[in-house]
Amino acid sequence: MKLNDAVIGAILVVLGLAVVVHVQGFPRIPGQTVGPGLFPGLIAAGLAVCGALLIASGIRHRAAQPWFVAGAWSRTVRGVASVAAVIVAIAAYVLLGDALGFVVVAPAILVGLFVVFGVRPLHAAGLAVVASLVIWYVFYKLLRVPLPWGVLKNHAF
Amino acid sequence: MEPLLAAFALVFEPKTLWVMLGASLFGLFVGAVPGLTATMATALLVPVTFFMPPITAVAAIVTATAMAIFSGDVPGCLLRMPGTPASAAYTDEAYAMARKGQAELALGAGLVFSAIGGLFGTAVLIVSAPALADFALRFSSFEYFWLVLLGLTCAIVITSERPLKGIVALLLGLLVACVGLGNPAGHPRFTFGSTELMGGIGMIPMMIGMFAVSEILRYAADSGKRFDVDEQPIGNVFRGMWALAVKYPKQILRGSALGTLVGALPGAGADIAAWMSYAISKKTSTEPEKFGTGHVEGIVESGAANNSALAGAWIPALVFGIPGDSITAIVIGVLYMKNMNPGPTLFTQNPQNIYAVYLLFILANLIMIPLGFLCIRVAKKILKVPREILMPVILLFCIVGTFAINNTVFDVGVMLVAGVIAWILEENGFPVAPAILGVVLGTMLEENFITSMIKSDGSLAAFFSRPVAATLGALTLAAWFLPPAIRRLKRAAGA
Repeated sequence: MKLNDAVIGAILVVLGLAVVVHVQGFPRIPGQTVGPGLFPGLIAAGLAVCGALLIASGIRHRAAQPWFVAGAWSRTVRGVASVAAVIVAIAAYVLLGDALGFVVVAPAILVGLFVVFGVRPLHAAGLAVVASLVIWYVFYKLLRVPLPWGVLKNHAF
Repeated sequence: MEPLLAAFALVFEPKTLWVMLGASLFGLFVGAVPGLTATMATALLVPVTFFMPPITAVAAIVTATAMAIFSGDVPGCLLRMPGTPASAAYTDEAYAMARKGQAELALGAGLVFSAIGGLFGTAVLIVSAPALADFALRFSSFEYFWLVLLGLTCAIVITSERPLKGIVALLLGLLVACVGLGNPAGHPRFTFGSTELMGGIGMIPMMIGMFAVSEILRYAADSGKRFDVDEQPIGNVFRGMWALAVKYPKQILRGSALGTLVGALPGAGADIAAWMSYAISKKTSTEPEKFGTGHVEGIVESGAANNSALAGAWIPALVFGIPGDSITAIVIGVLYMKNMNPGPTLFTQNPQNIYAVYLLFILANLIMIPLGFLCIRVAKKILKVPREILMPVILLFCIVGTFAINNTVFDVGVMLVAGVIAWILEENGFPVAPAILGVVLGTMLEENFITSMIKSDGSLAAFFSRPVAATLGALTLAAWFLPPAIRRLKRAAGA
């Protein structure tokens, strides 16, 4: 996914200006010239300036640089599915991990990723269970990380 | 003498040695699989080191990274695909040698001169770090402010083809470092009412995202690629090494020295050291026409350079808390978690810890030779490990590892966002290293800036009032304004 410099530049200008405006609301420290807003304000101003420069260079090289070029992966179903699967897998853990529990979510995530990446389904299921249990054992039993039990709370082992 | 003995006791403890062995195998494996980098190895180790005593944790990282930088040469030679970016400079050369039936020579040179380069870098670390620390004890906020700024400037000047994109990456990193209560005024900035953001954005989840998740995304984006392993047998890799050492002593020394220096400069690590060394080797060689056709000279020099850069990067990391490369950026986070805060006082208050780090480096580079030999032996099996199985397992490991630092899924979310942003930035030609430095050094830069401003009552002239500060300040300004000025002069002269 390639964006023209001007597009990224515009995002940076907006971000920079938003931060500059936002830090005006930070408290001032009586008797001092510097407050908590100074440093982020300077950085944001710098980002806005860089953004403006990127816009200029993006427009100058407009002929060679389209506004947006989708990566080669986005042209195949498999490519889109692979990239989406990675993002969805992590998001699924964030949203469902605590509620459903590691022992449920982890193998599900692995099966999904394996299948999308091209492992045969039966293979994928077996591998997912084994890999999840090994990681679970290392972190939960050996390193004592409190991985969530979720729905299996009453059947913890 | 006593601290040295204490250091020996810390390092040669059975547990530490076992961890080193495990970390070696892990590092060799990660380095040898294309798409997994030494930095990723470090990021993946962090959650595990979290549960270790400080020196054992450092041991794991030092050994794993040294091994990974070497073993990155292996797929470069056999598949024409660098295992880590640090091997990319001479991948074509090594592959051409393998084609000519000289795979042993290429791999052997990679292994032996990696170890020598690593030991050279360690020697420089041992000699220079305490001297620098002694000097740095007298630094005030003015010197630290300039030093951090100079480091950040170096990172942009060296690592980016387009400095503007490097500056953007750096500023984004610095802005991320502003989030939370951790500022001199203790004001909650950019938290938007979230209690999780009060403590700032977790450094470790962010790094795991930027260095591991982004790699997995990159794999997913071009997972169609397959590769075949060359099936010719590999013989004795140590044959002919002595002859090479006798033939190219100057190259070995120059590669090691340049590697250490580049490693010590913030932002530039083993990969850039290898590229620069390879270029210099070609430029000064008596037979430059042989480069690219399977000639070992460049491999000798840049193979030494990338491993010496690893040790070099630890010099500013230990003395000033300024990382020399992205690996030490993670290491600094680990050191803070272990109460081994980097800085000059680390050398005076706990010298045994510093001695232990030296010993670890020496030991890691020595055991690299036999273990690397074994790795070359089983290399073809490692290269056949299916990545469609490996990558999802690594992803699950990242999730659990990130969760383990603070036991919260919020950090897993941070990891996801950081991974996606790093992936998009790199796709668009923004270097990630300056962003990481910005995140790691943001708080330090702001603290020293604000303290200096308060001390000087807002006068910028005070930033140049002390001799060392003035020198560092002048250097920083020169690094900002000289390169563009020279470019303009050159253009004017050419026109």
